Amino acid sequence: MIFRRTVKCVIVLALILVLAVSFGQIALAETTLRVVMHSDLKIVDPIWTTAYMSRNYGYMVYDTLFAMDEKLDIKPQMVESYSVSEDKLTYTFTLRDGLLWHDGAPVKAEDAVASVKRWGQKDSLGQKLMEFTRELKVVDDKTFKLILKEPFGLVMMALAKPSSNVPFIMPKRIADTPANEQISEYVGSGPFIFKVEDWKPGDKAVFVKNPTYKPRSEPSSWASGAKVVKVDRVEWISMPDHQTAVNALIAGEIDFIEQPPHDLLPLLEPESDTIALVNVNPLGNQYMFRLNHLHPPFNNQKLRRAALAAIQQEDFLKAVIGDPNWYKVCPAMFVCGTPLATDAGTEIVMKSDFDLAKKLLKEGSYDGTPVVVMQSTDLAVLTNLAPVAAQALKRAGFNVDLQSMDWQTLVSRRAKKEPPSEGGWNVFLTAWVAADILNPIMAAGFSANCDKAWFGWPCDEKMEQLRDAFVRETDPEKQKKLAEQIQVRAMEVVTHASAGQYYVPSAWRRDRVDGVLNGPVPYFWNITKK
Amino acid sequence: MLGFIFKRLLATIPVLGMVALFVFFMLRMTPGDPAAVLAGDNGTPQQIEEIREQLGLNQSIPTQLVIWFGKLLQGDLGESFYFKKPVTQLILFRVEPTLALATVTLIITILIAVPLGVIAAYRHGSWIDRLVMGFSVLGFSVPVFVMGYLLIYIFAIELKLFPVQGYRSISDGFWPFLHRLFLPGATLSVIYIALIARITRASMLEVLDEEYIRTARSKGVKERVVLLSHALRNAAVPIVTVIGIGIALLIGGVVVTESVYNIPGLGRLTVDAVLGRDYPTIQAVILLFSFVYVIINLAVDLVYCLLDPRIRY
Repeated sequence: MIFRRTVKCVIVLALILVLAVSFGQIALAETTLRVVMHSDLKIVDPIWTTAYMSRNYGYMVYDTLFAMDEKLDIKPQMVESYSVSEDKLTYTFTLRDGLLWHDGAPVKAEDAVASVKRWGQKDSLGQKLMEFTRELKVVDDKTFKLILKEPFGLVMMALAKPSSNVPFIMPKRIADTPANEQISEYVGSGPFIFKVEDWKPGDKAVFVKNPTYKPRSEPSSWASGAKVVKVDRVEWISMPDHQTAVNALIAGEIDFIEQPPHDLLPLLEPESDTIALVNVNPLGNQYMFRLNHLHPPFNNQKLRRAALAAIQQEDFLKAVIGDPNWYKVCPAMFVCGTPLATDAGTEIVMKSDFDLAKKLLKEGSYDGTPVVVMQSTDLAVLTNLAPVAAQALKRAGFNVDLQSMDWQTLVSRRAKKEPPSEGGWNVFLTAWVAADILNPIMAAGFSANCDKAWFGWPCDEKMEQLRDAFVRETDPEKQKKLAEQIQVRAMEVVTHASAGQYYVPSAWRRDRVDGVLNGPVPYFWNITKK
Repeated sequence: MLGFIFKRLLATIPVLGMVALFVFFMLRMTPGDPAAVLAGDNGTPQQIEEIREQLGLNQSIPTQLVIWFGKLLQGDLGESFYFKKPVTQLILFRVEPTLALATVTLIITILIAVPLGVIAAYRHGSWIDRLVMGFSVLGFSVPVFVMGYLLIYIFAIELKLFPVQGYRSISDGFWPFLHRLFLPGATLSVIYIALIARITRASMLEVLDEEYIRTARSKGVKERVVLLSHALRNAAVPIVTVIGIGIALLIGGVVVTESVYNIPGLGRLTVDAVLGRDYPTIQAVILLFSFVYVIINLAVDLVYCLLDPRIRY
């Protein structure tokens, strides 16, 4: 009898405990948005690295002077008003009233100046802006001036740059950190405060609502307009196994997955009553086919053209993405649907022409030199690209050596200038967030200044002249014409090629989460949680 | 005995020294440049070069070795390339989940495997024996991640009895702690149950044929006492050896389970560090694993003395 009573008591106590724990979890979850991002947050200095997770972190903690909206127009963000002199050499900016750092100190013009200078040392567009800058000076606590040596057509685009490196504004004492060193203090003026004491690398990063943030009055549109935070806390939970993340979303243990991989979407699609699967980044991403200009056979322009003739965009997209809902064949190297989008010159990559490829191989006197194609095997969104390229090149008559490796080895190896036989390479494929490649200066692939160019090191004086003319041009119509010439030139000298556009949807609990904004970066303001 | 322990502990120093050297050179020979990873996907060649300089990776390998060894002798394992935190801090944060998972796994394993092995031996040749051996083959054959996803699907998604993922520290309460560790522990224990049940059965079968067992039975000793006090105790040395090896394997074998159940333990730290070429973290974690292996082997040797009085050091 006593034993039975004891067992009953234990069962009742256990039930009470389970209920208490469950209610505790519900209470905690009310305004905590639990998110699985595409990767773990590792580096908390979005100027020091171009890593997208650091950029995403930057949008939580910092604010920007300007921001791009969904029509790709540039809107003031921390700036209240600005003026441009008639000669387009002097820009005067005035900051909004009421901007505060997370420690309560007011945001001043000197902070903006120091931040832009630090960013200008690291970012390629920022470096270009700094080359044209005579002086960046503080006028008073709220006003600063940018004085140029000669007109620069991308001032506003640079200050509103939507993706890595974004010119985030930091307090002067932090922005004075040398650009080659990581910052060690995490104070911003953005809509969220980073809880550094709760940050457990490899487990989770925690952000809480900034109660002193003063949103703009305009409606939210991408990173511009009102940044109204409607949850108390956002947790970025590190979950490297995608299958686990999908299971956790279905079970309701998390609220949001930034980028579920395409091969797991069929698991989420039948759950459409509870799970929303939405492409929030209408510009998407673009695959890039990149050749190494330093070594044979692709130090020969005809052979580079032969490689272009062999490939076609749709093959890559079908092999990697599969579902046509999530990809788009797009001839525009500056991304379809953007102001600089043009089809000029890119016909060659839209359909494989093996006869042309063989003819070019003959004209280029191809001697059978092996073509080392690097394949990244650990990122599903890239894995199948290299085999498709290798097959097309083989069919055209190239002697292909497909080498598999993890992505980290690939990014290390692509920096090597040695010949392929000594650890170098000939071809690799990667992907860009479309917001990174909206013009020929932001898009690193177009640089053709030899040793200083992006991996592959194209060397073409005419391309550099065209890019230089582009940055000096302030008339949008003329900029567009120059962009077209640049794209045509890129196809002639084969700096690189677009291997198509693709989209990665985000997934969230429809029954709990609302107000997710569109944009090239995941934004966590405006989101409500039931 | 104390002299034996002291000598064994002293012997760990050259072992760890060799491991440290081996790991250092292996990492430097492995393709991949931490600076390229740190710079991010859009990093330019110039940015990568600056980072290499900042991390000291542009120095010669012997110079890097001297600097690292110098710090190691002072007890400084270095700072993670990524998190800008001391590696010891990262390891301390990750030790608890891994230890907790290993302990729960071990408890489940011993509670199930040893009785199964004893019963299989006792009922040698019967359907119970065949069932246990069949389970054992299955346990060896099914990969850990398949078992993990299977258990998640049945017990977390369909039956909703356990959470899909995550870890709660024991300081958050014993029930949440156990609730989240049960499925990972069960997943990981399957292969060890298979292994230890087989070894227990084999050892028991050998001992059950001994004359002293026959003598005990002929004296009318109860079968339970014969099995547990006479047979199992004498069969324990090989079982303890395998459990010891199992613990050592567990420490390294938690990687997949930690990923499938999203437990922020040492296994995941190791994988992340390897993928990111975070040299200081990889070096420290492998040194720690080596030290743990040495200590577990020492502990197993000491347990032999307790189980078999004939063994003396």
